[in-house]
Amino acid sequence: MSNYVESFGQLWGPLLVLGQIALFTLVLLLSIAFLLLLDRKVWAGVMMRKGPNVVGPFGLLQSFADFGKFLIKEIVIPAGANKTVFILAPILTCTLAFASWSAIPVAPGTTSGTSWVISNLNVGILYLFAISSLGVYGIIMGGWASNSKYPFLGALRSAAQMVSYEVSIGFVIVTVILQVGSMNLTDIVNNQDGGFWNWHAFSFQNFPLIIVMFPMFVIFFISALAETNRPPFDLPEAESELVAGYQVEYGSTPYLLFMLGEYLNIVLMCAMMTILFLGGWHGPIPLGEDFVRDHPFLNAFAGLFWFMFKILFFFFLFAMVKAIVPRYRYDQLMRLGWKVFLPTSLAAVLIVAGYVVYMGVQS
Amino acid sequence: MAVYAFYLIALVVLVSALSVIMARNPVHSVLWLILAFFSSAGLLVLIGAEFLAMLLVVVYVGAVAVLFLFVVMMLDVDFVELKQGTLRYWPFAVLVGVIFAAEIVLATVFGTSTNASTFDASPGAATNTEAIGQVMYTQYLLLFQMAGIILLVAMIGAIVLTLRHRPETKRQNIAKQTSRRRSDAVELKDPTPGQGI
Repeated sequence: MSNYVESFGQLWGPLLVLGQIALFTLVLLLSIAFLLLLDRKVWAGVMMRKGPNVVGPFGLLQSFADFGKFLIKEIVIPAGANKTVFILAPILTCTLAFASWSAIPVAPGTTSGTSWVISNLNVGILYLFAISSLGVYGIIMGGWASNSKYPFLGALRSAAQMVSYEVSIGFVIVTVILQVGSMNLTDIVNNQDGGFWNWHAFSFQNFPLIIVMFPMFVIFFISALAETNRPPFDLPEAESELVAGYQVEYGSTPYLLFMLGEYLNIVLMCAMMTILFLGGWHGPIPLGEDFVRDHPFLNAFAGLFWFMFKILFFFFLFAMVKAIVPRYRYDQLMRLGWKVFLPTSLAAVLIVAGYVVYMGVQS
Repeated sequence: MAVYAFYLIALVVLVSALSVIMARNPVHSVLWLILAFFSSAGLLVLIGAEFLAMLLVVVYVGAVAVLFLFVVMMLDVDFVELKQGTLRYWPFAVLVGVIFAAEIVLATVFGTSTNASTFDASPGAATNTEAIGQVMYTQYLLLFQMAGIILLVAMIGAIVLTLRHRPETKRQNIAKQTSRRRSDAVELKDPTPGQGI
C-alpha cells in the first residue's frame, strides 16, 4: 500500500502513513494483550493448572486488568539511580520494538508484486536486524541505571547473550538473502510463492538445499529464543539466581513498558520467521493465478489470515518451549551460541553461496 | 522536505557529538555517542545510501558501542577527580581542532569530489547494496581480501597475546558429559539395617 502514498499527493500521503502507523499500533497492542493471556494459558495448561480465569469470560480481560493496575501504581525510582537513564531505558525498549514493525509486510497488495507495508525498504531485512540489535541498550541502560548489583549482573549477562546470538541470526539471514537475491522483505516473501514446498524452510525450488535450510530454520528459532531472552535462555532474569535481573528495581508503568517491549520483540521474531522461512502471507496451497487476478481483495485478506495464523503458530511454539524446556546454564548457553550455531551457520552460508553460484540461481 | 530533514538530523548529530565531550558522566558520553552514530545513519539514509546506514547501525551501534558501554560501566574510576587538571591542556586541544578544521576546509576547497546535490549513492547499479558489492567484490577484490587477511592476522595476534595455557585448570568435556548414562553415575544399594555398606 505504500506505493499509493505518492499518488495521494503532498497532504494526504503523510496523513495516510500516520493512519497506517496508528492502525498498526492499535492492532499490535490489542493482540499483545491476548497473546500474553495465551502465553499464560498454555503455560498453565502444560502444568495442569487453569491459568487466569477470573476477569471476564475464560479470563479474557486479564491483560486489561493488569494493564490498568500497572498504570495506576506509583513509579518508584531508587535513591542512587541515574534518573534520566532509568526512565529512558524502558521507553527505548518499547519504542524500538514498535519501530521495527514499520518494515513488516503483512498482506499482499492488490496489484501483483506489492504488499501492505508501512515502509517498503530496499534493505528491509537489514533494518529489522539493525533495530533488533539495538534492543540490547534498553536492558543495559536499565540494569546500569538501577545502581544495584542484581540488575547490573543481569544486564551484563543479557548483553553478552544477545550479542552472541545476533551473529548466528545474521548468518542464517544471509542464507535466505542469497537464495532470493534481494533484501526487500516483499521480494523475500514473493520468492516463496506457489505452495508450501517452495517456502524457504523446505526450499524445493533449489531442491537439495532442504538439507541446509531446514536446520537453519531450527537454528533461527532457537537463536530467536535467546535473542528475546525467553526461556530456556532467560538467564538475564533468572529468578533463582538474580531475582529478576535488570527488572528488579522497576515497577508500575516503566515495568509495563519493558514487558510490552519484550512481547513485541517476541511477536516480531515470530513475524521474521514467518517471512524468512514459512512463506509470509502465502497459504500452503497456491490459490491459482486466475483467482488472484479476479479477487485481489479476497486474496489480500486470505494473505493477512495466513500471516497472522503463522505468527500464532510460532507464538504457540514459544509458549510451549517456555513450559517444557528447563533453563540452560550460562556456559552451556555460550557454548551453544559460539561453538555450535556459529560454525554450522557459517558452513551453511558457504554451501548456499556455492550452490547459488554453481547453479546460477540468480542471473 | 529533505533539506529540513537534513538540517534537523545534522543538528542532532552536532549537539550529541558536543555532548560526548561535555558530559560529566562517561556512561552518558557513550550514550550521546550512540545517538550521534544513529543520527549519522539517518544522514546516510537521506542521501540514498541505505545499505551503509544499516551497516553503521548494525556494526557501530549494535556491536562496537555495546563494548564501549561495557568497559565504561565496569570501570571504577572517580572521573571528577581524573578530569580536574584537564583544563591545563586547552592550547593542545585548540591546536588539534584548528588542524582538523583546516584539513576539512582544504579538502572541500581543493577536492574534486562531487557536491552533495549531485551525489549519486548507487552509481551504475539499481541499488546502493549492488553498487557497493560491485566495487568491493569485483573492482577492488584484491584489496578487500588483503584487508581481510590483515584483520585475520590482528585477530590471531590478539589471541596469541592473551592465551595462557594453565595445566591446573579443570576443563569440561562436553562429549563426556552428554554421553554419561544413569548406569555410570548412580549405583543402587540395598543395605540391611544396622550394617551399612
